[in-house]
Amino acid sequence: MKLRSLAGALAATVALPFCAAHATDLEVTHWWTSGGEAAAVAELAKAFDATGNKWVDGAIAGSGGTARPIMISRITGGDPMGATQFNHGRQAEELVQAGLMRDLTDLATRENWKEIIKPSSLLDSCTIEGKIYCAPVNIHSWQWLWLSNAAFKKAGVPVPKNWDEFVAAAPALEKAGIIPLALGGQPWQAAGAFDVLMVAIAGKDVFENVFAKKDEEVAAGPEIAKVFKAADDARRLSKGSNVQDWNQATNLVITGKAGGQIMGDWAQGEFQVAGQKAGVDYTCLPGLGVNEVISTGGDAFYFPLLEDEEKSKAQEVLASALLNPKTQVAFNLKKGSLPVRADVDLAAANDCMRKGLDILAKGNVIQATDQLLSPDSQKQKEDLFSEFFANPSMTPEDAQKRFAEIIAAAD
Amino acid sequence: MTALTRGSARPNQWLRNLNAKIASIPMILTAVVIFLGGTIWTVVYSFTNSKLLPRLSFVGLDQYERLWAAPRWIISIQNLAVYGFFSLIFSLVIGFVLAALMDQKIRFENTFRTIMLYPFALSFIVTGLVWQWLLNPQFGIQSIVRSLGWTSFSFDPLYNADIVIYGILIAALWQGTGLVMCLMLAGLRGIDEDIWKAARVDGIPMWKTYVLIIIPMMRGVFITTLVIIASGIVKVYDLVVAQTSGGPGIASEVPAKYVYDYMFLAQNLGQGFAASTMMLVTVAIIIVPWAYLEFGGGRKRG
Repeated sequence: MKLRSLAGALAATVALPFCAAHATDLEVTHWWTSGGEAAAVAELAKAFDATGNKWVDGAIAGSGGTARPIMISRITGGDPMGATQFNHGRQAEELVQAGLMRDLTDLATRENWKEIIKPSSLLDSCTIEGKIYCAPVNIHSWQWLWLSNAAFKKAGVPVPKNWDEFVAAAPALEKAGIIPLALGGQPWQAAGAFDVLMVAIAGKDVFENVFAKKDEEVAAGPEIAKVFKAADDARRLSKGSNVQDWNQATNLVITGKAGGQIMGDWAQGEFQVAGQKAGVDYTCLPGLGVNEVISTGGDAFYFPLLEDEEKSKAQEVLASALLNPKTQVAFNLKKGSLPVRADVDLAAANDCMRKGLDILAKGNVIQATDQLLSPDSQKQKEDLFSEFFANPSMTPEDAQKRFAEIIAAAD
Repeated sequence: MTALTRGSARPNQWLRNLNAKIASIPMILTAVVIFLGGTIWTVVYSFTNSKLLPRLSFVGLDQYERLWAAPRWIISIQNLAVYGFFSLIFSLVIGFVLAALMDQKIRFENTFRTIMLYPFALSFIVTGLVWQWLLNPQFGIQSIVRSLGWTSFSFDPLYNADIVIYGILIAALWQGTGLVMCLMLAGLRGIDEDIWKAARVDGIPMWKTYVLIIIPMMRGVFITTLVIIASGIVKVYDLVVAQTSGGPGIASEVPAKYVYDYMFLAQNLGQGFAASTMMLVTVAIIIVPWAYLEFGGGRKRG
């Protein structure tokens, strides 16, 4: 028996190259490894496999910070993968300029991406010198406050409806032995939380003046000073959440050990995997409940220039499969993000996603910092805020001064 | 030696041992092209504004000015100084004391030696993870001591920005002292037994024999050990990544991590090159005096 099945397996491996002549293996690298993310990426793989090709999963654990250097060194080092995830915006800018990435303009015109992708800023971020280099797959927004209903119940206070109420409810949470605000130690989390506070407290115009126009006077001005005061509050509230990864911090909220977390809508995937229901077990406040604006950054797939013709064809197939309405729905429901096309039906969307879709439909959107700032400025910002949030002796005034310097030097 | 090879017609100095010289050409080329060439390339590009990909557009000392104005770099240098100073002192002292104890003709010496050297077989990443758990207030030493009844006991260096570098130091010493001990033990074994006998006849106490006679005789071993420890200090990176990834905040950052982060995360090669050039200068400060002591003073060494 055993021997026969072994022989069968061997025969199958020999036969495979012949009968699967048209199927092409395409390695796709990405950093989606947490529970909700892995479930979502499986949907993409399913969609691509259905076209008769094979998705070879190249997940790199440890979030974008770890994954991106590996991806970039593979592309620049002459060992490109079939396709790779980046946050679209400026992360792959130089790779494109160096001629290492594939131009998708033909496919995009054929499939009319300009019409179907909404908001158009997504495609603009893929466009460099008039040519399109990436296929956006989702819209992720940072501006959410996730609250654990159980934690507030335990503390005996109603679930807050905005940031100010949240800050006011914090002492009750602390009394009940709950950390008010969960914040992981990874530097991007601190920097991201600050950007969220900025949009919520200072508003859309200030955000654009600082990050898009790089106006250092606004960055040093009174509006941003208010944001730093709020960040000072957030720093006080987040004391004691000794975790590193964002999903560990989300887990503190899921288990009711923390009151809330400022995190992008990808956190929603974690709530889903844990079997929690929006509105019942957890509450989400877009724009921290103050200023309902969301940023439209997200993930996109870039396709390195390959010599193999078969693979190049498969790249086009993949790009078009990613934007397929069905794939968009299946993927984004699992991921907790919003689809990049406005013409798909998200009947299964939950409470929080609907809030996001509404805001998107109203056009209350801003560009994500990844789209506006170079990775270099982003890193300097991360250094500043990870220091600020970990070091209570650093005054908001000092931090603001350094923030204004970073904005002044940004390109 | 030289007298033997010298014939009646004295051959050209350059052609002596020709085979050996030809054989060493590949190694010389490797050293020149890869080590020296790579170093010069890095230094040259540290004066450019290279971002993700290297490009030759010079910006003078801009990268260095930015480097020395960056609070994170300053903290990295301070951490390296503290870590370097204590790890040098402690690993030499602990290593030597352990070796001296081991040298007392104790039973099961082999077993002890193996136990002491075992941590050295672990990579820094594993060492870092092990100590991250040991020093974690929820699972590690603190919780064990608290569960024994001392509930106010608090020991969480990795979560306290003021002392986090000492938490890393503990792990580094645990990993590194075994090797230092072995080097020292080898040095001690190389000391002639007669010296001990002579010291005993003269009635010199044991500690005095060690300090005044044995240690000066082990000069070579000490210098080698010093260089091994010092180069390990400058390049410390993985231990920090595994234990704290630079946190809390940026309190446990080190220069090597700055180089990596700016080269690959921030996509700013110029800045990373400037930082690595500064590290090279640090290494040169350590290596040059050593080379001078080892090779320069020639005649004095026995």
